[in-house]
Amino acid sequence: MTNAQKNRIIDKSFQAFGVVCTFFGLAILAVLIYNIFEEGLSRINWDFITNLPSRRPQKAGIYTAVMGTIWILVMTTLIAFPLGVGAGIYLEEYTKKTKLASLLEINIANLAGVPSIIYGLLGLEIFVRIFGLGGSLLAGSLTLSLLILPIIIVATREALKAVPSSIKDASMALGASKWQTIWNQTLPASIGGVLTGVILAISRAIGETAPLIVVGALAYVPFAPSSPMDEFTVMPIQIFNWVSRPQHGFAVNASAAIIVLLLITFMMNGIAVYFRNKWQKKIKW
Amino acid sequence: MKFSEKIIVALLKFAASITIITTIGIIMVLLFETINFFKEVSFWEFITDKEWTPLFAQKHFGILPLVTGTLLTTLIAIMVALPVGLTIAVYLNMYAPKGFRKTVKPLLEVLAAIPTVVYGFFALSVVTPFLQSIYPDLAGFNALSAGIVMGIMIIPFVSSLSEDALYAVPKTLKEASFGMGSTRFQTSFKVMVPAASSGIIVSIILAISRAIGETMIVAIAAGQQPRFGFDPTVPIETITAYIVQVSMGDVPHGTLEYRTIFAAGITLFAFTFVLNSVSFWIKKRYQEKYD
Repeated sequence: MTNAQKNRIIDKSFQAFGVVCTFFGLAILAVLIYNIFEEGLSRINWDFITNLPSRRPQKAGIYTAVMGTIWILVMTTLIAFPLGVGAGIYLEEYTKKTKLASLLEINIANLAGVPSIIYGLLGLEIFVRIFGLGGSLLAGSLTLSLLILPIIIVATREALKAVPSSIKDASMALGASKWQTIWNQTLPASIGGVLTGVILAISRAIGETAPLIVVGALAYVPFAPSSPMDEFTVMPIQIFNWVSRPQHGFAVNASAAIIVLLLITFMMNGIAVYFRNKWQKKIKW
Repeated sequence: MKFSEKIIVALLKFAASITIITTIGIIMVLLFETINFFKEVSFWEFITDKEWTPLFAQKHFGILPLVTGTLLTTLIAIMVALPVGLTIAVYLNMYAPKGFRKTVKPLLEVLAAIPTVVYGFFALSVVTPFLQSIYPDLAGFNALSAGIVMGIMIIPFVSSLSEDALYAVPKTLKEASFGMGSTRFQTSFKVMVPAASSGIIVSIILAISRAIGETMIVAIAAGQQPRFGFDPTVPIETITAYIVQVSMGDVPHGTLEYRTIFAAGITLFAFTFVLNSVSFWIKKRYQEKYD
């Protein structure tokens, strides 16, 4: 066998291995989703969504968890969206290339890599104890807001960076102030990217379990929360709670709850992709 | 500048300063509680004792079992994610048709978007029984299953970021290699991967850092038994799982048990901080090289 033949065989074998690896990843995804749907789909009905938690798996529902997740979703968005986008605008448009600016950048990169459970410890000490918020929705959403802030900031900066400077220069030349330029030109042009980042970040927050457990979200909450100071549970914690129990009925419940959680997550990711594509198509410089 | 605009800028500045406050907050909180912890437990015991039993009557405060648990699951995860992820990256970049790459990359990224509690359930109810059918002595909670599933979760970190790095290599390098008669395999591993090495290393470090900080998979599937050693078939406990275990119970503030989660937390933070700093440093150097 000549060298050339040998090399071609290696090349072809690696190609086959590459196909196998790629489909390994996709196959696992398929097995995971299939397994969960097979076990949980028949459990999903209107009662499952609207029932309160119960000791008996057949009667237990996810109502309090769903309401908790919706509260967390709304409150985290209200807190993290303005702060993250504001910080992104400031860092991208108002800071000069100084030592301080690069320090800020390193800091944000580092924050993005801090494990989520560490944010839980931060929230536990600052929001739960020092601010005295207890294991409330407010403490939970403040903690999650800090967690996703770096993601929103980075996405905002990327989106702003993509707007050509000619647009900004033209606006300034017409006499607009810096803020008027940002508000009327740069932001509208980059809103697709910004929203994509925000939605992905929020969807990450919805799936988070560990930091909320640490700040004291409860596994068992008998009633749906009605104000930001109420105690709460969320869907991932409800799932964790059911997974930890030995009876098979709770595993079925966990699967059913996972289906609902996955639907929410995939839907948000889908919306994010839609926004990105729509804005990318619309704007041609 | 108009007055109203000054207020807006001040508000924006405040938003940006929150990131700094967060970092300072994390460090202060961890340090404060850890210093209190070391008033009662000797530092030497913390880093050398091979037992971690703060919740038992016979208390030991050696972090080593939690550290080996964390390293073990991380190692297994990387042994899955590195070969698979890197192969996918090279395959998608050098072999696969363009359309295929465009569909598969986001599909694989779905793996990273799935909430980790779902993976924990998957490890416990699907992967562990499957592994037990091959190796019956495997415990119901074990590091192996949790590590493998964690590896699957971080595949897209390695594959997507490495593919981005390969994509950024100037086309001329690839064409020159092909022009010399190299196969795609030779070009991939003798030209492309070395040229993109810093980007690939960054992706691997980020994946490791992610695996070290991963919580729910190990809390659900790896057990809650701190154990010094590297046996993947028995229940272990990671740093993160310990923090969850304590938080699930009702530990009053100010007790030594309460402080243990901060001492464990600062250990975790130190690991990921070093890894993130290294990756950031490599990334900066790499960018300068191409400017």
